[in-house]
Amino acid sequence: MTPGGHSFLSSAPFRSVLLHGSIVLLLALLFGVLPEYHSGNLARIMVLAVYAMGYNVLFGYTGLLSLGHALFFAAGMYGLGLTMYWLDASPAPGMLAGLISALVVSAIIGSLALRTTGVAFMIVTLMFAQAGFLTILLLGEYTRGDEGFVLQQADRVLFGFDLTQPAVRYASALMLFSLCLALVAVLVQSRFGKTLVAIRENEERARMLGYDVLRHKWLAVIVSGTLSGASGAAYALLFGYAGATFATVQYSIFPLLWVLLGGAGTTIGPLIGTVFMFYLIDISSQFTSAYLLIAGIILILLTLFAPQGLAGVIRKRLIPWLP
Amino acid sequence: MTLLATQGLSKHYAGLQAVESVDFALQEGEIRALIGPNGAGKSTFVGMLCGRIPSSAGQVTFDGRDITAMPAHQRISLGMAYTFQITSVFARLDVHENVALAARRLPDSSPQRVRRRVMEALEQVGLQDRTDTLAGDLSYGHQRLLEIAMGLVQSPRLFILDEPTQGLAESEIESFKNLIKRLSSHTTILLIEHNMDVVMQTAQRITVLNFGQILAEGSPSEIRANDAVQSAYLGSG
Amino acid sequence: MDFGPHLFLAMLEGAITAAVLALTAVGLSIVFGIMRVVNVAHGEFFMLGAVLAWWIATIVGGPPALGFVMALVFAPVLTGLLAALADWLVLRRIHYDPERTILATIGLLYVIQQATLMTFGPEARPVEAPFNQRIALPWFEWGADGFALIWPWGLGTTTYKLAVIVAAVMILLALWVLMTRTRIGLIMRATQLDREMAVAHAIPVEKVYAMVFALGAGLAALGGVLTVPIQQAHYLMGGDPLLLSFIVVIIGGLGSVVGTVVAALLIGMSDGIISVFFSPTLAKILATLFVAFVLIFRPQGLFGQRAS
Repeated sequence: MTPGGHSFLSSAPFRSVLLHGSIVLLLALLFGVLPEYHSGNLARIMVLAVYAMGYNVLFGYTGLLSLGHALFFAAGMYGLGLTMYWLDASPAPGMLAGLISALVVSAIIGSLALRTTGVAFMIVTLMFAQAGFLTILLLGEYTRGDEGFVLQQADRVLFGFDLTQPAVRYASALMLFSLCLALVAVLVQSRFGKTLVAIRENEERARMLGYDVLRHKWLAVIVSGTLSGASGAAYALLFGYAGATFATVQYSIFPLLWVLLGGAGTTIGPLIGTVFMFYLIDISSQFTSAYLLIAGIILILLTLFAPQGLAGVIRKRLIPWLP
Repeated sequence: MTLLATQGLSKHYAGLQAVESVDFALQEGEIRALIGPNGAGKSTFVGMLCGRIPSSAGQVTFDGRDITAMPAHQRISLGMAYTFQITSVFARLDVHENVALAARRLPDSSPQRVRRRVMEALEQVGLQDRTDTLAGDLSYGHQRLLEIAMGLVQSPRLFILDEPTQGLAESEIESFKNLIKRLSSHTTILLIEHNMDVVMQTAQRITVLNFGQILAEGSPSEIRANDAVQSAYLGSG
Repeated sequence: MDFGPHLFLAMLEGAITAAVLALTAVGLSIVFGIMRVVNVAHGEFFMLGAVLAWWIATIVGGPPALGFVMALVFAPVLTGLLAALADWLVLRRIHYDPERTILATIGLLYVIQQATLMTFGPEARPVEAPFNQRIALPWFEWGADGFALIWPWGLGTTTYKLAVIVAAVMILLALWVLMTRTRIGLIMRATQLDREMAVAHAIPVEKVYAMVFALGAGLAALGGVLTVPIQQAHYLMGGDPLLLSFIVVIIGGLGSVVGTVVAALLIGMSDGIISVFFSPTLAKILATLFVAFVLIFRPQGLFGQRAS
C-alpha cells in the first residue's frame, strides 16, 4: 500500500478496481471473439480459476501449503451433485448445499489440521483428502464411485436460464469468477487479509503484536475451502458431472500447480496459471496420453527456477503495486 | 500501583532450571532494567511474562489479573508490547505496513487514524522518511528502531524490550536513551540490557538475575555498590 | 472356511504385505531421517523396481529364476542411480528445503510415472516367480473325536510368498549391518546427527545425500521386484506403497528405522486382516485417518519419544 499524500488515482483501492475490472471486461469480450471450442474451454478455466483463487488465499496469502484441497472441491461438487441427483433439488438450493458442505468440511479439517505446521500440515491435509476420496468410493451406492453420475440437462436450469447453453454457461462462469475475484481483491486489501500476509511473513511477530494467529489461519482455511467448494459445485452444475476423480490427489495438486505457475500471493496469478496449465495439458494431450508429464516437468522447473510464478515476475519487474 | 507481578515463576527444560521461583513486581510508570550474565534466564523470564514461553510453575499477574494461563496474543491485547532479542520484523513488507500491522489492533483503527499513529511512531524513532522501504532492506540498526516503533504505536501500558540497543551505533544509542526517558511519562518499561551505560542512565530500578534467580534488586547506585553483583556479574563482565 | 483358518490366511497375507512394506517404508524412513526431506516420489521407485524387473526378465529370457535374480540385482541399482541423478539435478539445487522438496518430488512422481506410461505402456505385465509351489496349510479342530488336524480347502500359500518374507528379513538385517557396522553407515549416521559437524569433519555431505537418496530408492525398488511375481507391474502401482509407507513411517516415528519396521508389521498385518474381513477401501480409510490423527495428536509417532 502507498501511505502518505498520494492521489486517489494511485491509491490501492482504485488500482485494484481498475485492474480487476479490466480483467472481467476482457473475459466478457473474449466470448464474442473466441471460437466455440475455446470459449467452452475458457468457461471451464474460469470455474477452475475460482478453485485456484481459493487455494491461493491459503497458500499464497497465509503461507499454508495444503495437499488436500480436492476434499473441499469435492465437498462442493458432491454437496450440490448429491442433493440434485437424489433429492431432486433445483440448482439454487443445490449450490447452497455445496457451499455449506464445503464450509463445514473446511471448518472441521481446519480445526484439526492446524494443530500441525509445515510438512506435517501437508501430510495431514493429504491424508484427510485421501480418506475423503476413499469414502466417496466406499459409498459407491450413492456416489457411483469412480464412474460418477451425470446431472440431467433438464435439471440444470437456474432462474429460467438453461445452463447447458454455451452463452449462458459462459456468463454464469464469468459471474462466479468475477464475484470471487472481487471477494478476494477486497479481502487482500482488508485488515483481515493484511493480517494473513503478516502471519505468512512472520508468524511469531504477528502473534506478539496481539493477533490470534490460530483463529486467523482457521478463518483462512474456511474462506479458502469454501471458495474451492464453490468451484466444485459450479463445475458439477455447469458441466453436468460429478465423479470421484475430482477428489483424487491429482486434484489437490492441480490448484497448487496453477497458483505456483501463475504467482502465489497475487490476485491475478491463479487465473494466469490456470489458463497456461489448461492449454499446456490440452495441447500436449493431443500428442500423448502421458500429458501429465508436462505437469511434472513444470512443477520441477518452477521449484528450481521461479518460485514466485509468472505474476510474481511481473510484480518484481514491471508493476510493483500488483495486489 | 503494581502493574505486573510474578510469584514463584519457574521454567525447567529437561533437567535444567532456567528460571527458579522468581518473585518479581513492577510498579506502574517505572523504568526497570533486568540484567545478568549470559544464560542467567533473562529472556526465558520475559518470555514467560508475555506468554511466548509456557511457565513450568508459578503465577503471573498483570494489572491485578491472573494471566498465567492466557495465550500470548491475549496478553498483548491487555496492553503489553514486546520487542524480540533477535530482530523480528516483516522483512518483505514495507516500513509503514510493519508499523500499521501493530497499530491496526488498537480500538478505533480507521485507516486515517492508523496512518497518523504510524507516522507519529516512525517520527519518534526517526524513520519517518523510510516509509516505503522494505523492512528487510533497512540497516540492522534501523530494523531495531522499526521494531521499537512497532511497540510504541500500540501505546502499551507495559513495554518489554529485549536487548534493544544491541547492534546500534553510538549516536543511535544516545537517541534511544532519550526516547526511553520521554516514554516513561506514560508507559512502564522493562528493559533487558547488556549496555551498562544505558542501564545506569535510564533505569530507576535494576533487577539482577543470576542462575535463574534474583540476585539483587535496587536503585542503580545500590546495584553498583552491591558486592554480590560485583562478583557475579560486573566484576567478571 | 471357518473363522479360524480364515484369520490365519489373512494374517499370512498380512505378513507378506508387511514384509514388502517394511523394505519400502524403511527406504522412505532413511531418506527422511538423514536428509530431513519427504520424498513423495518414493512410490514411483517401487513401481520402477517392478517395471524394470519385467524388462530385465524379458531381455534376459531363459528360465524364470535367471531373469528374476538378474532383476533382483539390477532393478534396484538402476533405480538407485536414477534417484541419485534426481537428487543431484534437483534436490541439491533447492538445498533440501522441506516444502520445496515436496513440490519437486511431486513433479518427479509425475515425470517417472508418465515416462513409464509412454515407454512401458498402460498394460499390467507379469513376471514369473523363480519358484512357486503351492503349500496347503493345516488347521486344528476340536471336534467330537477330540483334537484333529484338518486341511481346509483354500488355506494355503506358495513357496514364493514365504521366500518374500525371508528375503525381506535378510535384506533388513543386511541394512542393519550396513548402518551400524560399516564406515559408510557411520558416515550416514554422523550426517544425520549433525550436518554442520559432518561438514566440519570433511564429510562430503552432498555425496552422502545422493547416496542416501539412492539407497532409499533402491529399497523401494527391491520391494517392487519382490512384489511383481505376486502382483503384476503397472505404471500406476506406486500409489498404494507410497500411501502405506507414509502411514508406516509416521506411525513408527519419523526417521526411526526400528519404529518403522514395527509399524510396518502392525500396518501390514492389520491391513491384511481388515481387508479380508471388511472392505479394503474401509481398511485404507481407517489407516489414513489414523495417520492424520497420529500426526495431529502424537507427532513423535506411536513408538517415538517426545522431544522436549
